[in-house]
Amino acid sequence: MLNTVYRLVAPRRIEIAFTDIDLFGEDVIVRPTHLSVCNADQRYFQGTRDPEVLAKKLPMALIHEGIGEVICDPTNTFKPGDSVVMIPNTPVESDEFIAENYLRSSKFRASGYDGFLQEFVAIKPDRLVSLPDDINKYVASFTEIVSVSVHAISRFERFSHARRDKIGVWGDGNLGFITSLFLKTMFPDSEVYVFGIDEEKLNYFSFADKCYVTTKIPKDLELDHAFECVGGNGSQIAINQIIDYIKPEGTISILGVSEYPVPINTRMVLEKGLRIFGSSRSGREDFVKTVELYKSHPEIVEYLESLVGFKKEVRNVADISIAFEEDIKKAFGKTIMKWVK
Amino acid sequence: MMQVEENSYNENKLRGEIMVYGVILAGGIGSRMGNTEKPKQFLLVGEKPIIIHTIEKFYAIDQFEKIIVLCPSQWVGHTQSIIKKYIKDRSRIVVIEGGDTRNETIMNSIRYIEENDGLKDDTIIVTHDSVRPFVTYRILEENIKFAEKYGACDTVIPATDTIVESTDNLKISSIPDRKHMYQGQTPQTFNAKKLKELYLGLSEEEKEILTDAAKIFVIKGEEIYLVEGEVHNIKITYPYDLRVAESLLKGDK
Repeated sequence: MLNTVYRLVAPRRIEIAFTDIDLFGEDVIVRPTHLSVCNADQRYFQGTRDPEVLAKKLPMALIHEGIGEVICDPTNTFKPGDSVVMIPNTPVESDEFIAENYLRSSKFRASGYDGFLQEFVAIKPDRLVSLPDDINKYVASFTEIVSVSVHAISRFERFSHARRDKIGVWGDGNLGFITSLFLKTMFPDSEVYVFGIDEEKLNYFSFADKCYVTTKIPKDLELDHAFECVGGNGSQIAINQIIDYIKPEGTISILGVSEYPVPINTRMVLEKGLRIFGSSRSGREDFVKTVELYKSHPEIVEYLESLVGFKKEVRNVADISIAFEEDIKKAFGKTIMKWVK
Repeated sequence: MMQVEENSYNENKLRGEIMVYGVILAGGIGSRMGNTEKPKQFLLVGEKPIIIHTIEKFYAIDQFEKIIVLCPSQWVGHTQSIIKKYIKDRSRIVVIEGGDTRNETIMNSIRYIEENDGLKDDTIIVTHDSVRPFVTYRILEENIKFAEKYGACDTVIPATDTIVESTDNLKISSIPDRKHMYQGQTPQTFNAKKLKELYLGLSEEEKEILTDAAKIFVIKGEEIYLVEGEVHNIKITYPYDLRVAESLLKGDK
């Protein structure tokens, strides 16, 4: 079937292309309904990635956070009309020790191949997870970024020692919000402290036990473990601050993406015997777990509603650009496109 | 053009009250397509005949009870063969003979529905040119919604060229205001019962001036709502269009 694909061909320029997708193959045909903009999409849209990367990856349809409705399914796994979240990571092999999102052979939507900005998405049934019918669709649209937090927290559970009385989260953005919210849910006995630079933003973190502006952290504060959700130029300051406040044998989880290598205080990492681990993206297991948590803890979905920022109904290519331009302006929250194109 | 708001449509659909049929019109004999002998809907774009692309777009939409393909009698067999070749699940697809005119062809589809499933008060037919394979899901969905709500709708795009009228084909008789001018595409979607009644009520002179089905409603003073089309929802009529269609599909990578 002919499928309209909306590809970024150059920074800020989206053009229409058509592909022919197989209606009778092994893929489920999904109609995207709500698509959420990620900073990674913005870096392509604004052209702030390395020119060589841009030349290699474009043209490409953006967006890797999104939900949709099953249109037809030759595999009979889903029924037409089923509400599903789409998993952007696409493994081509499996490994006993290496998770699907770390296999170098895995493909990822909107990074090298077309993302969800399409009329239909042809996708393997194991790349879809059913959503409850009554879920807030705007919240569900950014399940991918939520699953990234859930993935990192699940790994943290494996890697960290069991004294988790006080856990710190650096970063007052979307990822910091989601990570601290899920830490509070997945470790209800732990105190979660959030560290940011903007007091207005920190006010959103009403579920956290304490919030601190990074310039006003009490000298005697100590943490068992910590998460870095800052990224970019702030990574260095955040990681080194964590190293200062964390207790020996603590575990640091790094989630923030930086375009440049980050110098860190390794002397103190050694002296304190710290464990530092990185996480990136997520896999099917994490999506399933995230949707289960939505169901078992409906209050999570309510808290996540405060991340629903700008909603834009998209009927034409110009609307896509408006969504991206508005997304640049906002300080907090997610931009979500209601897809009626 | 207006946007249809959320209405009772989905609830009705879930209750199975509305019967919606896809009606694909493949009646053309392809006389404008240069040297080729085949009607244009059977030419390949990418790896499939144009008409197959069009049928697939309808097939993907679950709410179509049946997809009725109408073509000239001598092409019924060929149409059935290529459908068999490209489409694995043919349970909802039927190929029948068209009529002498576009509207007679549409009447044949309504007759088929009457004889096989019965015509209900709210039965809807989505009529579409077989040579417009780039129709989108949104256009089809909005056609069904508008027809359910208003009884009839037509897919159009705002005119970009100035439209000039010449009644004697020699001199301009008028230049209508472009902002009120649209170019008609398809689908055209109707309440089937109403379309039939209106058509049967036309005089022979009225029938002669019909260029399409929407005009039946216009002549009888009935309302037809506009659905926003797409510039790329092109009708493959001339060899030039075929080149355009091929290059649109080159995006496949």
